[in-house]
Amino acid sequence: MIWLAWRQFRAQAAVVFGALAVLAIVLIVTGLRLRHWYDTDGLANCTTGDACDALTSWFTGRYSWLQTLLSNVLILFLPGLTGVFWGAPLIARELESGTYRLAWTQSVTRTRWLAGKIAVVGTASVAASALLTWMVSWWYTPFDKIAHNKFDPTIFSERDLAPIGYAAFGFALGLIAGLLIRRTLPAMATTLVGYIAARIIVVYWIRPHFQAPLHITALLQQPGAGSARAAKAPAVGQIPQGSWIVSTKLTDPSGHSVGAIRIPLGSPCMATNSCVAGYHQTLTYQPASRYWPFQWYELTLFTGVALILIGFCFWWINGHSLRPASGGAAHASRPDATLPSQQAPAPVQ
Amino acid sequence: MSAVLQADGLGKRYRRRWALTDCTLRIPSGRVVGLVGPNGAGKSTLLNLAVGLLTPTRGRIDVLDAPPALGPAELARVGFMAQETPTYSGLSVADHLRMGARLNPGWDRKLAEDRIAQLGLDPAQRAGKLSAGQRAQLALTVAVAKRPELLILDEPVASLDPLARRQFLQGLMEVVAEQGVTVVLSSHLIADLERVCDHLIVLIASRVRLAGDVDQLLATHHLLTGPRRDPERLQAGQQVVSASHTDRQSTLLVRTDEPILDPAWTVEPVGLEDLVLAYMSPEPTGRGGLTGVPR
Repeated sequence: MIWLAWRQFRAQAAVVFGALAVLAIVLIVTGLRLRHWYDTDGLANCTTGDACDALTSWFTGRYSWLQTLLSNVLILFLPGLTGVFWGAPLIARELESGTYRLAWTQSVTRTRWLAGKIAVVGTASVAASALLTWMVSWWYTPFDKIAHNKFDPTIFSERDLAPIGYAAFGFALGLIAGLLIRRTLPAMATTLVGYIAARIIVVYWIRPHFQAPLHITALLQQPGAGSARAAKAPAVGQIPQGSWIVSTKLTDPSGHSVGAIRIPLGSPCMATNSCVAGYHQTLTYQPASRYWPFQWYELTLFTGVALILIGFCFWWINGHSLRPASGGAAHASRPDATLPSQQAPAPVQ
Repeated sequence: MSAVLQADGLGKRYRRRWALTDCTLRIPSGRVVGLVGPNGAGKSTLLNLAVGLLTPTRGRIDVLDAPPALGPAELARVGFMAQETPTYSGLSVADHLRMGARLNPGWDRKLAEDRIAQLGLDPAQRAGKLSAGQRAQLALTVAVAKRPELLILDEPVASLDPLARRQFLQGLMEVVAEQGVTVVLSSHLIADLERVCDHLIVLIASRVRLAGDVDQLLATHHLLTGPRRDPERLQAGQQVVSASHTDRQSTLLVRTDEPILDPAWTVEPVGLEDLVLAYMSPEPTGRGGLTGVPR
């Protein structure tokens, strides 16, 4: 069964893994140069100062085309696209073209047939994303060291373990969409929509709650005369660098939550620098040290859902008969009543 | 006589529509069985149920004394060629044989390769580029080379031109002669079945209207022509299948095991096609002439 699944899949696999191989060469060449610059230009030791800012901005602009390609295109879409282009048609195309009737009447059970397909195409989907993620994580290491923001939702989703879970989920979603919808294009469209929706839901509503977030509250400080107009938020300075600030809240001196502090023009408090006196800022955040646990949570969540979906596919494919695509059954609406049944023969003379 | 297929009160519903209702039938082994009936009679549904591609909504069906497609062993005993003969269009003829070899423990490689060679198919040709006739032959080869005890063919020649149709049926006859496999094939064209079948089942609206060995059916049906008369006043033991009348003359298709004694009738043998069509046409009005046929 694995042979058949591989025979049907190998051309597509060759294209994607060939492209990944080419990309790997590009990333090795450019990645080594990035590391060279990082080591020799003193970025590793530089923390503050104008010269340092200039160096950082120069460095982060290197290979911006490649950064765009990797971050905004490849790693963002690949896990979903393998689900759309490999997962969704996997069963749907067989159902649509009727070839399932050939496959399912050989001497293998549907369970083995599906297992073979998942073993080949599912593994390839996850492997493609894992390889790409691994290459991207390696390539971005110098940038990530400077940026200190690996918890940023866009970066978090594109490094280390998370995309592997997305790929497994995307594949499983495609599989189940194909099985239930039974037509290739609608199944692909559904997979795409479902995948994007799931990713958005997780980023906004689930990931912040993997672990109870920490809170920190600090008094707002009035900026000195002549400095920037915004009040300083001392709380930010008190949490570890690279933490993920989930939300911020402002409370007035009486403890009520406020959206913003409104100071009328010419207000007397301006003179005494006391306009924000008594206001507190509360940060809700996930500390940077939780990066790896959160990567594992993300991987476990998406992989777990993928396994549940795949389990459902196995259950469904064995328990449900799939209607033939065409044939006599399509016209079976004629009434039986006009024809005598065998059980009750009409009298014969 | 043992049954290769036995259905009992079998019903299949797609959402709200019943494609097959209360179907009870028995297909004997060692025959080439033609399953004939109008479109919508439930032939395709019945055969798909028989190979386990569909599961019954009601009743039960046993194939070779086991529920269909119960496991690999049961699957290996039944060969199936689906309607419109689906093949993997991107895979070559040789790939299809390789697939058969890998998915069937009893695969007869020599048989498969010999058949392909005999048909003149190019093993490197993609299935998608074969003609409908060649594709049907390929599908038959895959179904036969797994060495089934029962071969089920769902409308195998419906999409073929007359020449391809004849070649296909000829190939099928050779397989039957060499392997002694029981075959069930459906068609709505009786002429196709007449050439290959020795047992016939007429299915109309899920019900068996007629079942029997072709020789016996032909021997017990007669076309009677004579002066006009009421078909209800006939010799005992004669069942009127169909009747047509002009002002002066009656033509009756009669089923009987007895010889026709009434000298007023001109007795002629009836062809299989006319026989089946008579059973398939609606009941004559005002008379209880049509009957189910005891099996």
